[in-house]
Amino acid sequence: MRVLLVEDESEVADYLKKAFAENGHIVDIAADGEDGLARGRESGYDVLIIDRMLPKMDGLAIIEALRSEDVQTPVLILSALGEVDDRVEGLRAGSDDYLTKPYAYSELLARVEALARRGSSEEMASRLVVADLELNRLAHSVSRAGKEIVLQPREFRLLEYLMSHAEQVVTRTMLLENVWDYHFDPQTNVIDVHISRLRSKIDKTYDKQLLQTVRGAGYMIREPIS
Amino acid sequence: MSPFLKLFKVLQITTFRLALIFTLIFGSAAALSIGYIYWRTIDILNNQLNQTIEAELKGVAEHYYQGGIRRLITAIAIRSSRPGNSIYLISDKEGKFVAGNVQKVSESLWNSIGKVEFSYIRQESKGTESGAAKERLAFASVFLLPNGYHMIVGLDIEDRRIFEQVIRSAFFWGLGGMLLVGLGAGWLLSQNIMKRIEAVTETTRTIMTGDLAKRLPVKGSGDEFDRLSISLNTMLDRLESLVKGIREVSDNIAHDLKTPLTRLRNRVEAALLETGKADHRETLEHTIEEADGLIKAFNAMLSIARLESGAIRDRREIIDLTEIVQDVFELYEPVLEEEGGSLKLVTDGAIKINADRQLIGQAMTNLIDNAIKYAGAGSEKGSGRSGLQLLVTCKRKGDYALIKISDNGPGIPDEEKGQVFKRFYRQEKSRSHPGSGLGLSLVAAIMKLHQGEVRLEDNDPGLRVVLRLPV
Repeated sequence: MRVLLVEDESEVADYLKKAFAENGHIVDIAADGEDGLARGRESGYDVLIIDRMLPKMDGLAIIEALRSEDVQTPVLILSALGEVDDRVEGLRAGSDDYLTKPYAYSELLARVEALARRGSSEEMASRLVVADLELNRLAHSVSRAGKEIVLQPREFRLLEYLMSHAEQVVTRTMLLENVWDYHFDPQTNVIDVHISRLRSKIDKTYDKQLLQTVRGAGYMIREPIS
Repeated sequence: MSPFLKLFKVLQITTFRLALIFTLIFGSAAALSIGYIYWRTIDILNNQLNQTIEAELKGVAEHYYQGGIRRLITAIAIRSSRPGNSIYLISDKEGKFVAGNVQKVSESLWNSIGKVEFSYIRQESKGTESGAAKERLAFASVFLLPNGYHMIVGLDIEDRRIFEQVIRSAFFWGLGGMLLVGLGAGWLLSQNIMKRIEAVTETTRTIMTGDLAKRLPVKGSGDEFDRLSISLNTMLDRLESLVKGIREVSDNIAHDLKTPLTRLRNRVEAALLETGKADHRETLEHTIEEADGLIKAFNAMLSIARLESGAIRDRREIIDLTEIVQDVFELYEPVLEEEGGSLKLVTDGAIKINADRQLIGQAMTNLIDNAIKYAGAGSEKGSGRSGLQLLVTCKRKGDYALIKISDNGPGIPDEEKGQVFKRFYRQEKSRSHPGSGLGLSLVAAIMKLHQGEVRLEDNDPGLRVVLRLPV
């Protein structure tokens, strides 16, 4: 995955470059808004990470300019401003995701990876399959090894989101945002309980545990490598 | 203060300057009108004078044409003996008195011919007092007759001179008085205003030095100064409470954020001292946890501040409150079950309100989080209670929607019910639980933004939180 990071703080930029490199991703750095816009126009980036407050040109202005030039590369905004307001403003300008500073690196990585995969076949497919687990979006049904599993509507949406991001880390915040549409953090780890309920329905009686916990990051659904 | 400086200060006062300007304007207007009247009167009097002298001359000339100088002298003598303010004088070429009622004129008069104004002494006539011997003013025509005789025919204008004098003095006294009164009134008024402004300045100066409790004096007369003072005082009240709030928050920040920061630092330091251990994974994980807690606290403070100051964009829309409550209920129901408690929901059907789903959802999750944290823990220790029983109801009552969240925990004593909404306030016994003490402050701020309110009631046993929102 190739990522363009538009960030004026060199320490943060270098750290992220190193961290992404460890996960096998290439990061190019643009240190100001104008440079960011010029480089953002180049094709070949899978995701653009744009800081909101930048010298020479504001992050939102870059996104608006890119979108008006029909550059459709997914964009994630990083911002020190953290209210719902700012998030909506960012999305309105044409960004695809929004993350408030300070953030956990694992959160950023998970979101960037999800953005890079956006528009892939899983995103739109009517049938999602992970190993012998199958989810049918049209029939609203789930089965494992041919056996039907009955899920609550919210459990269905939770599984649907996990399966459409199969083999990717999905953080708790991403689940809260996308499954419950909540843009704040409840203090109790509510997501863990819902995951464990879902797990008991789809994994409990089977050998292969598909829904895995990724320590310090979130969850991932995939066929375990035996 | 030197007198000059004091005068300069008075001159700087608007009221005084206004009084001065008005005095000058009225003075000029009065001067103009008096001047005009004076000028017109003098003009009319002059015309009358000329006409009377012309008529007089005509009569005298008649005698002269009929009987020459003799007849003229006789006529003058007769006329002179009559009372009136006409004056006559005939003198011979040596300047000696021949006839008339003028006793004395200056010699130089004889050199001028035509109409002149001069002073004279009237001839004593019988029965007049000696006071009449004084000099009077006259206006007359001077003629040179044949044989070197001179004749003066004219009128006494002493009365007119006095009239002119009176008008002139009225003019100066009137204007002078007006100016004096204007200056005096201006000075008095400005003194009065200066005194009240001085009081305001004095108070504001005290306030500027940091004494925010000081207030501007209000006389109670309800005048514009009182009104100004009252609105300034209201502003000061608001400022004082804001400053107090900020001070409280910064004290709290110092106090409540220092603790986790110190803990974080100590833990890292301890890990560094453990020389034998190469892997600090556990310490690092704890450090991140602690840092996350701090970030959460900061975010919560920021949210509260933005909600309270209204610096948040209004994202309210007409939505179904029951649905919001149901969503939160769904999110938490498994959590309660997992912990061996129960969460029940009683609703009334759709209640449409103007609200921000995110904020109301956040308030609800905060309250349920609190119940799990505090009431849940209480029932664990508790006396044979099976677990946390949470009941959430959402009903419409009149113009309000009421959300009640009731638990069976230890509750909050009455004396602490008001305190728990304060930022960073934490009950003594709950200090051991994780949390920032900002949850309820945030709930209160969210309710305020929605023109609603949050109330704490006794559930006997337990606590009941009531959210009231306008429909």
